[in-house]
Formats: sequence, C-alpha cells, structure tokens
Amino acid sequence: MTKIFMTTTCLAVLGLAQAASADTLRLLTWGGYAPDEVVEMFEEQTGHTVEVTKSNNEEMIAKLRATGGGGFDLAQPSQDRIMGPQMEFGIYKPIDVSKLNQDLFIPSMLKATMENTTVNGEVYGVPHVWGTSGLVMNTAEAGEVVKDYTDLCASDVAGKVSYRLKRPTLIGFAFAMGEDPFAAYGDEAKYAEIMGKVEAKLIECKANVKTYWGGGDELMNLVRSGEVTAAMAWDTGGWKLNEDNADITFVAPASGALGWIDTFVLPAKGQADDVAYEWINFVMQPEISARITAGAGNFTASAGADEFAEDALKAKYQASFPAEAVDNIKWYPPVPAGLESIEGEVLDRVQAAN
Amino acid sequence: MRSHARIGFVLLLTPLVLWLGLLIVIPHIDMLLISLRERISFGVYETSTAQYQKALTEPLYLRTFWRTAVMSVLATGITLLIAFPVAYYIAKMAKGRLQQVLFMFCLIPFYVSELVRTFGWMILLRETGIVSNLLQWTGLADQPVEMLYNDAAMMVGLVYTSMLFMVVPLVTTLESLDDSVIEAGYDLGGGGFSVLREIIIPHAMPGIVSGCIVVFMLSLGNYLTPTMLGGKDSLWFTEMIYNQFIVRSNWELGAAFGFMLLVLSSVIVWGMLRLTGRTLQETMG
Repeated sequence: MTKIFMTTTCLAVLGLAQAASADTLRLLTWGGYAPDEVVEMFEEQTGHTVEVTKSNNEEMIAKLRATGGGGFDLAQPSQDRIMGPQMEFGIYKPIDVSKLNQDLFIPSMLKATMENTTVNGEVYGVPHVWGTSGLVMNTAEAGEVVKDYTDLCASDVAGKVSYRLKRPTLIGFAFAMGEDPFAAYGDEAKYAEIMGKVEAKLIECKANVKTYWGGGDELMNLVRSGEVTAAMAWDTGGWKLNEDNADITFVAPASGALGWIDTFVLPAKGQADDVAYEWINFVMQPEISARITAGAGNFTASAGADEFAEDALKAKYQASFPAEAVDNIKWYPPVPAGLESIEGEVLDRVQAAN
Repeated sequence: MRSHARIGFVLLLTPLVLWLGLLIVIPHIDMLLISLRERISFGVYETSTAQYQKALTEPLYLRTFWRTAVMSVLATGITLLIAFPVAYYIAKMAKGRLQQVLFMFCLIPFYVSELVRTFGWMILLRETGIVSNLLQWTGLADQPVEMLYNDAAMMVGLVYTSMLFMVVPLVTTLESLDDSVIEAGYDLGGGGFSVLREIIIPHAMPGIVSGCIVVFMLSLGNYLTPTMLGGKDSLWFTEMIYNQFIVRSNWELGAAFGFMLLVLSSVIVWGMLRLTGRTLQETMG
C-alpha cells in the first residue's frame, strides 16, 4: 500500500516537475494581452514556449493565493492590486528592474507604477497595458441624458442601463456624487461613510438597471442589440461597438474616467524569471506593443508604440478624450487591505436589496 | 492464495481511498480549519467562530441562504411534476422503438454543455429574442417583452437542467411495475386517481426519492443558471461562496458558507427521507 502510494506520488511529482521546465513561460494574463501572433513570434525568436492562461484581477490573486504564488511565472494584475495582496499573502517576488530595458517604457508611467507597487523598499510591478472605464452609450438615444455615472439612474433611461456590481462602480458613483473616495483610502471610517452614501444611491437606482453585467461579451450583446443604451464599461468595449454602430461610443463621464494600469509581476514561486524578463522586454518593443494594442484595443506603456497604432483607434481615443478629459482621469491608487471587505458588504447588500 | 486475495482487495480499494481522501476528506478538513479562523492583521489569524456568527446574524446572508433552499425545493417539486408524466409515458405507454427514441430525446440536450444550454435559454427569452419577436409578430404584444433576468426564468433554467436526472430513475422504477398490477387495480373498481395514488406512486417511491435528492442537490449547487438567467435580484448561495473566495479574497467567510451549505443539504435530504419514511439504503440500493 505504502509502496504503491509512494510510487504514485513520485510519478505525480515528476510529472509536475517536468511541466515546469525552465524553458516554459506560464503567463497568467487578460484576454487579448498575449495574442497568438505575438506568442508565436516570441517562441520562434527565443525557442521558449509560452502557456497563456486568461483571467481577471480577482481570479489571478485567488489563484496565486491558493498556491502561495506558484503555478505561474508571470502575472498581470492591475497596479492597485499589488501592494495589498503582497502585504497580506506574499504572493509576488520583487522585480529586478535592471534586467529590463527601461528605455522601452513611457518614463512617467514606469515611475508611477514602480512607486505604487513598492512594498518595504522593493519594487514588485512594471506597467504594461492601461485604459479607463467610463460610460459606453448610444449617444443618439442617451447622449442628452447621461453625462455622468449618477445619470444612469435618470428616469429617461429606466430599464435601459447596465453596470457591474464591482468596485469600479462604487468608486465611479462616489466621484459622481461629489465625494473623493481615493482621498479617504487612509481613513476607514470616512471611507465606510462614503460607501454608505453610494450604497443608498445604488439601491435607489436598482429599479433602473436592466441587469448587472458580468463579462465583457455579455455587455457587448446588451448594447449591440439595443436592449441597453447606457452602461458603465471599459473604453475598448465602446470603441469596438463603435465599428458596428457609429452612434455607440465611449464617453468620459463629467466626474472623470477611472484609469487603470495592468502590470507585470513575478509570482513568488515562479520558476522561469529569466524567460519572464525576456518576455517583458519582447512585448514592450514598440512594434509588438502596437500589435497588442490592435488586438486588445488598449494602449500600452511602451514608449513610441503610438506611432505604430492604427489611425482609426487613435481617432476614437481622441474623440472620447478631449484634452481636459485626459487630465481628469482618476488613476486608481493602491487599495489598502480592509477596504475591500467594506466594499464587499456594500455590494452584497445592493444585490440583495429590493 | 489468501495473500493474493488481499492484494486484490487493496488494489481495488486504493482508487476509492485516494479519491475520497485526497479530493473530499482532506480539502474539507482544510476548509473547516479555514472557516474557524479570523483575520487580525496582515498574515495574522486567530481561531474563532466569528465567521459563523457573522453568517448567522447578517440578515442578507440568511435571506440568501433560505431563498436558495426554498427555490431549490420548489425547482425539485416542479421537476417532479413535469418529469412524472413524461417518465410514465416512456415506461408504460410507449412501446419498442418509440420508447428508445423518446428516451434519447430526453438525453440529447445533455450532449452539449450546461453553458450552451443556458445560452440557448438566453437567446429565446431576451428582449430581442425569439419568443419576444414571435409574440410581437402574432400581435399578442405590441412592444418587446423582457422575459429574462427574473426568478421565473431562473426556475425554467433550473428545471430544464435537472430534468434528465429525474426522468431516468423514474423510468427505471416504473418499468419494473407489472402492468397486470395496474389492471388488477382497475378490475377491483379503482379509478384513475386511486390507482395512481395506491399503486403507481408507492411503487415509484424509490425512484421519486432518489430523483428528488439528485435534482435538489444539483439545484442547490448550481452556479451558472442563477447567475446567467437570474438577473439583478437573484443572489444564489453558491454565488456568494464564489464572491467571498474569489472576488473578496475572504476565504474564511467563504469556507463557513460552504459548510453551512453542506449542513443544509444534509438536513434537507435527511428530512426528505424521514418524511417519506425511507432509509438511504433502500433509496440507493
């Protein structure tokens, strides 16, 4: 019995060890950030293989937490989700920035991300893709009414709006109600008070909502079919829909779009750090970054990639973001631990409210 | 010889022990330990029953808990009401080839994944969907009708998803009922209803109970259907467990919810067996 058990265990361990040989990069990322053509180019040039797993912020952190930071060699959570989880669970390892070609990055963005992801003097993240969330709407039908997040609760668009029940919605509504949740990050009592106001607003607004969307495709279907005329969503979603219907586009809300930056981090038990650095240096080249932008629809932190970006996408970006809207983007600061449980309870109560 | 028999026994037992031990017992012990601790600060945890207290005192969690239980029982009841005539027709009325074909029809939807089946319902029920368009075309409605994102849509999805698991045990038990027993019931002056109540249902009871247990468990543990069809008011308990584990990173509360669900399902199954006066042994054997 013991012998059989031992043999089985040994075989299992061997199998696992083999899967993690040094030449494989196990990349945990978002859909569209590692397009097949880019992966193929990288594999051809370096001889390494890349295994891509698509996910989102919460699942990335949950996966890494479950294994203590193992199972992947490179991950891409948003920059505000690095400090808290690192302090809490220790799932990342410091990045050696000297191994990266720093000239490839937009200097201001690199500096800001490094500052936001520094824990105990060690840097944990470098920027990759950035974008905003705001309002995606059919300007012909809802353009007059909806100027800000709170306008989604207007009776003119009743039954025709949708948003997610996640933290960006709470933050967006707080800004639209004239609060500054980011300034209250350090003060739990103040933050809970702001969230209390947002909760009341969201419960009041619930009758207006058709459904809370979960995935990007679900929202696209709702807007494309005309069942929803205004929604809170990512900029790329609006620009993609714009190709099919010129009336639909992304609009930066009056209180400011919310800006996020997805990063590169090394999971604590990653086994192919060198390949990971190679991958980062590879995808940050302007030509490669432009390909990722073309696929994912979002711009990257690669310096000079703008030149290679499609004109159509640039035009959409400029239409959605006049100069003052760019200055008004609210970038997510790192989330202190503890706040998310306040938000979680608010979201649960909103969903259960009648 | 004897030692050979023992090796055989051990070899046959090993997969079961590994399966139960590695995939069920050990994870559950770990979950129990996680559910019994409380976060104090970064990486510091203390043993406490705070999670269970929170789960049992917060009205929201309790409401969702009961809602899920009641809706699952309701879904089980509706499934039984629909599946019984279907199973009776397949087992008793249909003969030969027709019987096999009808049985296959029940089976075919399960060739595709649950996700695809749920999407099918979304295409049918949505505001710009087939049913809505059909109603407008026939003049029964003068504007698009939204049938998705409510409890009724969710119930339809739950019943549809678990239909097969009710039909199969019912067909099996009903097939074993001798036709002459039913005839004898009529010969002795029984009407349709009394034959059903006195002969058919008592005979089909093992099938009804095992079907109900399976359907109830499937509904209670369903994640996809309530999330996709249920809309903004439909908080399902499994969704709350997912939220606590994945979205909120609050494993402690999620684990406590998981155990509450385990206890709830055990209690309801036990109650169902007590109510029908059956033992688990009879039902499974």
